[in-house]
Amino acid sequence: MAYTKRLDGRKKFDELRPISAKAGIIPRAHGSAMFQIGKTIAYAAVYGPRELHPKFMQNPKTAILRCHYSMMPFSGSGDRVRPGPNRRSKEISMVTEKSLLPVLDLSQFPNAVVDVFIELPQTDAGSRCAGICAASIALADAGIPMRDMVCAVSVGRVDDKIVVDLDYSEEAYDKGPVADVPMAMIPSTGEISLLQMDGEISKEQLIEALETGKQKLLEIYEVQKKALKEKYK
Amino acid sequence: MGEIKIKEKEVVVPGEVLATGMDCLPSYGTYRMGDDIRAAKLGLVRIEGKVVKITPLSGRYLPKRGDTIIANVYDIIMSGWLLKFNSAYHAMLSMKEATSRFIQKGADLTRIYALGDYVVCSITNVTSQKLVDVTMRGPGFRKLEGGRIIEVNTNKVPRVIGKEGSMVGMIKNATNCRITVGQNGIVWIQGEPEMENIAIDAIKKAEAEAHTDGLTDRIKEFLEKKLGKKIDLREHAPERRESPSQEHGFRNEDQGFRNQDNQDQYNDQDDDQQDDQNQQSD
Repeated sequence: MAYTKRLDGRKKFDELRPISAKAGIIPRAHGSAMFQIGKTIAYAAVYGPRELHPKFMQNPKTAILRCHYSMMPFSGSGDRVRPGPNRRSKEISMVTEKSLLPVLDLSQFPNAVVDVFIELPQTDAGSRCAGICAASIALADAGIPMRDMVCAVSVGRVDDKIVVDLDYSEEAYDKGPVADVPMAMIPSTGEISLLQMDGEISKEQLIEALETGKQKLLEIYEVQKKALKEKYK
Repeated sequence: MGEIKIKEKEVVVPGEVLATGMDCLPSYGTYRMGDDIRAAKLGLVRIEGKVVKITPLSGRYLPKRGDTIIANVYDIIMSGWLLKFNSAYHAMLSMKEATSRFIQKGADLTRIYALGDYVVCSITNVTSQKLVDVTMRGPGFRKLEGGRIIEVNTNKVPRVIGKEGSMVGMIKNATNCRITVGQNGIVWIQGEPEMENIAIDAIKKAEAEAHTDGLTDRIKEFLEKKLGKKIDLREHAPERRESPSQEHGFRNEDQGFRNQDNQDQYNDQDDDQQDDQNQQSD
């Protein structure tokens, strides 16, 4: 009955899928990055700081951050994903923006905008987390002043087990309750800048999941750091 | 006791701890959090005694007073020209600052600088809201005619120019091209088409490898290979007769040649205006 073995063959319940990341992959963007975790791939391109129009959106104290999350039509494992903004992608764009803003210092660029475009050519759950990881590398690559990187992963529970980095088969597990908790962390302070939840989880399980997630996020941070340093090898 | 955790010239990413202890001082591109000094930008670490700072490797151009830039005319308004220059902001070139000669009331401003023209100018003022004023009155400031425009990363401009202009001087002499590098990373190159290509390749190579050591030698080798002739570095010793703008890393062309150019340009414009007046009187 209980969930005893991970469906995709991972050995441990707190094991991440294989990760790879690369910075500076889109030459015409001011900063860009690719972040792959398992079968989920995210590309992020940063443009800016650049002039912001319409003018009423300008903030004379700082630049604003505009994130744009989009799944490509062929990216899902099921039906074609209808391209363009929809309820889900608008929400994810908004939470991505809010998870990245705490590390950014855009006060040097009043009235301007920093645009972040996140595209997902292939997804297998955890796409917003992959998007945030890619966007964070791309922002650093664009030379935007930032306090730290942001790393994200989803944690949660499948049946009675606390798991890290759920893939789609785990999210869709139907023999017991599932909870999916995407989280983002600022590694230097341990602050959480994104925390959402879908499903059922007890308080104790949630705390345990977040603590496990925090440990695992440091592994992702190392990958992000390596990706940026590799560019200048 | 403070301790510096990173080696000089190491690449660091935002958030990385550079030094610990209160006797180290955070400078450009770093910040203090508790006892630690951390990086606030992607860049190379510079350590000067107890001061830790970062030379950024990327980022867009931020206008600074005194910088000499190459800008593109994108709009003409009642009082002058609006220029874009590879930044989050645009610049205003007022009629008074555009040229030393008289501009008639109601004159057609496109005859002086038309839409799409590139000009070399200097930033005179930047407000807190990043309203940028530029001037074209002074030696070296002119409209760029012919040639090609390329863009390089603004943070790599000092390397592309080299110590006292040694790098760009070498490329100029080897390819026999006229080259002007703006602080904003826009580069103007004019010469024989083949030579322009080689100069562009050399500048792009210098930009890509800007963070490495021994760059001048590698660019010299590259040019020698492309041109099939030896380059004597002593020939390209830094020129001493520099205009004030040189201090900001901006490299002028041959002074005499330029002045003559300017003179011609102004004469042309005078003629144009004369024509205008004639037409009006007709």
